[in-house]
Amino acid sequence: MKPTHEGVPPAATAGGAAAVTGPAAPRRGARERLTPPSWLALLFLLPALLLLGFLVVYPIVYSVIRSFFDASGGSFVGFDNYTGVFQGHDDLVAVRNTVVWVVVAPTLVTIVGLFFAVLTERIRWATAFKLVVFMPMAISFLASGVIFRLVYQQDPDQGVANAALVAIHDTFKSGTTYPGAGPRTGGDQLVHEQGGAVLGSAPVSAGQTALLPLVKVKPEYLPKDAKPAAQPPAAKAGQVTGTVWFDFTKGGGGEQNKPNAGEAGLPGIKVEALRGGKVVAKATTGKDGTFTLKKVPSGAVTLRLPKGNFTASYGGAEWLGTTLITPAIIGSYLWVWSGFAMVLIAAGLAAIPRDALEAARVDGATEWQVFRRVTIPLLAPVLVVVLVTLVINVLKVFDLVFIIGGGDPNANVLALEMWTKSFGGGNDPGSGSAIAVLLFLLVLPAMLFNIRRLRQERK
Amino acid sequence: MSTADGTDVTPDGAPDDGGTGTGTAAVAAAPGKDGAANGAAGAPRRSVASRLVGRAGGTVVQVLLVLVALFWLVPTFGLFVESLRSTEDNGAGGWWKIFSHPSQITTSAYSSLLDKPDFVDSFWNTVLITVPATVLVVAIASLAAYAFAWLEFPGRDWLFLIVVALLVVPVQVALLPVAKLYGNIDIGGFKMYGSITGVVLFHVAFGLPFAIFLLRNFFAAIPRDLLEAARMDGGSEWTIFRRVIFPLGGPAIASLGIFQFLWVWNDLLVALVFANTGAQPMTKWLQSQMRQFTGNIDILAPGAFLSLLVPLVVFFAFQRYFVQGVLAGSVK
Repeated sequence: MKPTHEGVPPAATAGGAAAVTGPAAPRRGARERLTPPSWLALLFLLPALLLLGFLVVYPIVYSVIRSFFDASGGSFVGFDNYTGVFQGHDDLVAVRNTVVWVVVAPTLVTIVGLFFAVLTERIRWATAFKLVVFMPMAISFLASGVIFRLVYQQDPDQGVANAALVAIHDTFKSGTTYPGAGPRTGGDQLVHEQGGAVLGSAPVSAGQTALLPLVKVKPEYLPKDAKPAAQPPAAKAGQVTGTVWFDFTKGGGGEQNKPNAGEAGLPGIKVEALRGGKVVAKATTGKDGTFTLKKVPSGAVTLRLPKGNFTASYGGAEWLGTTLITPAIIGSYLWVWSGFAMVLIAAGLAAIPRDALEAARVDGATEWQVFRRVTIPLLAPVLVVVLVTLVINVLKVFDLVFIIGGGDPNANVLALEMWTKSFGGGNDPGSGSAIAVLLFLLVLPAMLFNIRRLRQERK
Repeated sequence: MSTADGTDVTPDGAPDDGGTGTGTAAVAAAPGKDGAANGAAGAPRRSVASRLVGRAGGTVVQVLLVLVALFWLVPTFGLFVESLRSTEDNGAGGWWKIFSHPSQITTSAYSSLLDKPDFVDSFWNTVLITVPATVLVVAIASLAAYAFAWLEFPGRDWLFLIVVALLVVPVQVALLPVAKLYGNIDIGGFKMYGSITGVVLFHVAFGLPFAIFLLRNFFAAIPRDLLEAARMDGGSEWTIFRRVIFPLGGPAIASLGIFQFLWVWNDLLVALVFANTGAQPMTKWLQSQMRQFTGNIDILAPGAFLSLLVPLVVFFAFQRYFVQGVLAGSVK
């Protein structure tokens, strides 16, 4: 800045000096003052041009050249570094994930943004809502990454995503299961195990009752609302009743294969009546472990407690496992960027001329048609800008994948692979440069889009 | 450049800045739009969309949006609560246990984190990187933007086109070459590679295209009469820049400064490549603690929360200024 300051006075004095020389000079001086000399502009531009030249433009050229040389930089390898990006399983995963990211993430974010923008027009607390959704834009991807590592933890007692999934799952499907429990063996052998299920040993027919004792029920799986086991209720015509209970008396004692006092009924167990391998009736045990199978056809049936009663309960999704890891990280990206799309699109919506919409309504269009045929086309320029910005951003996505993926090759993307190859132990600046140049080539259309828009604006 | 040209560019140019630029652009432009959208929503007219939704039932929308807002708040809230519990409590159950056991709240994780000199150093490094990188971008870009808007020189339009082209260049393309370039700079024992200076200069260079673009559009909208009057009065270009342009550009400069600040503060990649352990900002330090994620939650949760606290405070504190700045640039 200093040099510029010192550079100015000569320009100012030039006019003054010229005034002495003749009548024509003052006019020249005045004009000179209104249009300052171009070398002055250079001084103003110099710091910016130096930085852009050395740290942005020169590196692009260098990267392009470097990408044609091998890891050591000694020998020319042509396009080998480029073809190398598409070879090998891990590299292809990175390419595939980048394609998934570029196709899915911007579209999803734009749709969600549009959805929010439309809905917020309806509420009074729109500003508060927008601030909340926009807030993640202000924080770092690193912090977002840590936040979502916590959200996606596998254990439903740790990660809120799985806690929510399990809660929803258990609401719609009875979550009561008894992992590890099995039939009471010995004594009368009322029940036995078969392929993970527990079967009643003796066939029963309508009007009869059955006792199905289980053991090895782990205390943590015993529901709090379980009541002491009861004798099976009397079976009416066409019914089979019975009791499923934990055949174990605390402190010992009690008769095996009988629901003694102090033994707990097992609620929520599914009971099936089978004939010839087909399920003919179904029931679920109550709090005291009793069940009633209704409309059992006459003839002998076998009772079965299916395997599902004894498998571990639903534990949520494997968010950071092989298949879900990229969708999970895209989910966190959605959390960060939806606010951006929403706010830009909301501004676009507010700017749509009312006349166009009214005209369509007068012509008898339904609200959906107006939205689809008038609003969306009028919004198109904004939507395109949002999409293009997001595509450029998604190509560069590094931090989120690096932090949430934690080095998992299944989550890899090109921007991360570039870092790994060049700095993260890959030790191959040739391949790193090739990936960087590929990323650069992928943003070129966006660059042309920007330039074209600028030129249109100037005209 | 004519006045007509200037007024032509601004109404379209400024609101679109957010769209064309980098991620930071979004942060700046958006709150402005927020204000604009709200202003319009308050007006008597109702858009198609609102009517469409109106028929679907306002209550459903209200409930839905409350759920969405909760969905957006819960993850950050979870991090915050996690940072306020002991390692044992966190290991024993999720953060929501705090509702049934409010006595679990403790600031011990924060006090032990703040006792770590590494972390405290990295905090100051973040400040030492962010503040100069912000000030320099604003200073250098406003000089250049003034030249692009109000000084005549051959090739001006072409040069500006190049700056616009550079808007979208991914930082990845410059990491290796600049690392090599920095590696060659060793002045009297000062090594550029690994230093705070190196990180700052890289951020400045990559912040410039957008900064110049934004400020040029803003400066170009300043009435020509003002400048010509100042020039007639014998003011030098430097004086005009300092006394007329810079103060008038206040709002745009403020919004530019805020998102450059956020951008640099939040960066991980550049620091990862160019900063050594002595110069590392918080993001890099926290990243180095990620290897043992579950074992290190007592460091990561308060660390991540502290690192996001400053951007949040900046964002909310300057939001009004910010909105005014972008609106001033877009409406006129």
